[in-house]
Amino acid sequence: MDATAGTRLHGDGLTLGYDQRTIARDLDVAVPDESFTVIVGPNACGKSTLLRALSRMLKPAAGSVLLDGSDIHRLPPKQVARTLGLLPQASVAPDGITVADLVARGRYPHQGVLRQWSRTDERVVSESMASTGVAELADRFVAELSGGQRQRVWIAMALAQQTPLLLLDEPTTYLDIAHQIEVLDLCAGLHAEGRTVVAVLHDLNHAARYATHLIAMRDGEIVAEGEPAEVMTAERVEEVFQLPCTVIDDPESGTPLVVPAARHRVRA
Amino acid sequence: MSVLRTSGGLSVAYRPRALAVGSGCLLLALLGALFTLASGGGDYPLSVDQVLSTLIGQGNPADAFIVREVRLPRVATGLLVGAALALGGAVFQSVVRNPLGSPDILGFTQGSAAGALVAIALLGGGSLALASGAILGGVGTGLLIYALSWRQGLHGYRLVLIGIGVTAILTGVNGYLLTRAQISEAARAVLWLTGSLDGRGWEDVLPLLCAMVVLLPVVLLGCARALHMLEMGDDTAYALGVRVDRVRLAALAAAVLLVSFGAAAAGPVAFVALVAPQLARRLTKAPGPNLLPAACLGSALLVLADLVAQRAFTGHELPVGVITGVLGGGYLVWLLATERRAGRI
Repeated sequence: MDATAGTRLHGDGLTLGYDQRTIARDLDVAVPDESFTVIVGPNACGKSTLLRALSRMLKPAAGSVLLDGSDIHRLPPKQVARTLGLLPQASVAPDGITVADLVARGRYPHQGVLRQWSRTDERVVSESMASTGVAELADRFVAELSGGQRQRVWIAMALAQQTPLLLLDEPTTYLDIAHQIEVLDLCAGLHAEGRTVVAVLHDLNHAARYATHLIAMRDGEIVAEGEPAEVMTAERVEEVFQLPCTVIDDPESGTPLVVPAARHRVRA
Repeated sequence: MSVLRTSGGLSVAYRPRALAVGSGCLLLALLGALFTLASGGGDYPLSVDQVLSTLIGQGNPADAFIVREVRLPRVATGLLVGAALALGGAVFQSVVRNPLGSPDILGFTQGSAAGALVAIALLGGGSLALASGAILGGVGTGLLIYALSWRQGLHGYRLVLIGIGVTAILTGVNGYLLTRAQISEAARAVLWLTGSLDGRGWEDVLPLLCAMVVLLPVVLLGCARALHMLEMGDDTAYALGVRVDRVRLAALAAAVLLVSFGAAAAGPVAFVALVAPQLARRLTKAPGPNLLPAACLGSALLVLADLVAQRAFTGHELPVGVITGVLGGGYLVWLLATERRAGRI
């Protein structure tokens, strides 16, 4: 069977790096269709670099990223933007922009000079705001919002792109625990609606709980991938993160829960 | 945001407030222009009726000459230069994502000045040589700054800092060129350097008009929407399907040409490129580069400043650059103080 069947987005023989510094060499990766794929690994393992390559932000030094069978760098940028959405780590909300205006900018790949704001654009933007729970913030300025609200607005903008694939680079960084769960629940909802979602996450327990497909990386290599229950073992976590731990069942979800070994005990 | 739709599925989006600001400024610019056509510097006053009849080809020959050959080129230069400088400034400030990223501060106007001074002081050329020198100087400076600040993409902050360095060097070069010039040429050069609309003829207007006919569609239709996306950062814009490097290069090239042709026609009129986009933004309260409102406001600003310059001191006309310099300099100080407090610079 063809190894790339059932995957619209995959990378073949990727060598990735910045300037002269190579981060990953000869990497093969496939994102299973309709999965919630989460990439985990220690700092500087190349997980964000891989996501940047998959979303065509970074051009591989060798190898290629294929979207629906074509080299992603050869496809017209707007066509890619109608298939694959990305939430980058750093986005700038322009001065004085409202939530509705920012979300509306997600429609750019569907618009043109003579088709600036169709009825479809209008409908999709309201739907995107409704499904991320920011509809009641529509007329507020983005600068006034809390971190969690702002992240939902950016996700709404990516949703307005109406792409079957959605890539998120550390969407929960800088959020408190309640907002982290809120954003991840939102992503799980988008996945349940039939989208393929790919995210880079730091928190292993979140990764294990939400992912349907887990990719563990270390030193620019994929160490393991598959269902969280198979990938997330105590030996594997120690191998990847150099962290002795116990893995138990999450009492809420039954997914693996990593409990780091106690090296220092606080006396009672 | 409001929208006009046709049954064929075409749609144009606009902001009512930005539209009002733009048309208000345009109206103001045209009124100022009409007033200048009628009164000039105060020497040969005409009524509005007389002006309008000469414009449609009637009226007595003396009136017609004054309006069509003396005052109209001056007014047309003012309208076009104001729009060109403001539009160039709006593009720069948007790409650099900083109000300080305007051609006055980045050194393009100093580059135009250097080119013009070479033409006047070293080559002893006439007005055509001066205009060509200004355009070559501006474009050359643009290429130099772009080459120096380009490293795996363009970063606003680096562009501003390199631009300030280049401005300092060019100021020195310009001072040297002035000392090399004959005294009469130096006087002419200094007048040009201040920026003046005095004595502009159709030969000054036409090159700028041609440049704008080509460049306005490039900027307004080709780049405007992508510039909105670029404000959110390169990654986000790229993710939305913007060809980031291509758009930025096209927009900056068009802006450098606009500013250079503007300077060629009227001299490096100070601060219009900095102030007009910022004022437009504050009036429209809309995010984005506000290109059209800025251009209309630039026209109004320059035409009105020229009116003041002509009439502020009876019997002694000031170059318009003095007025825009005083107003713009004051505005810059205010901007730096408030933006600093808001933590944006």
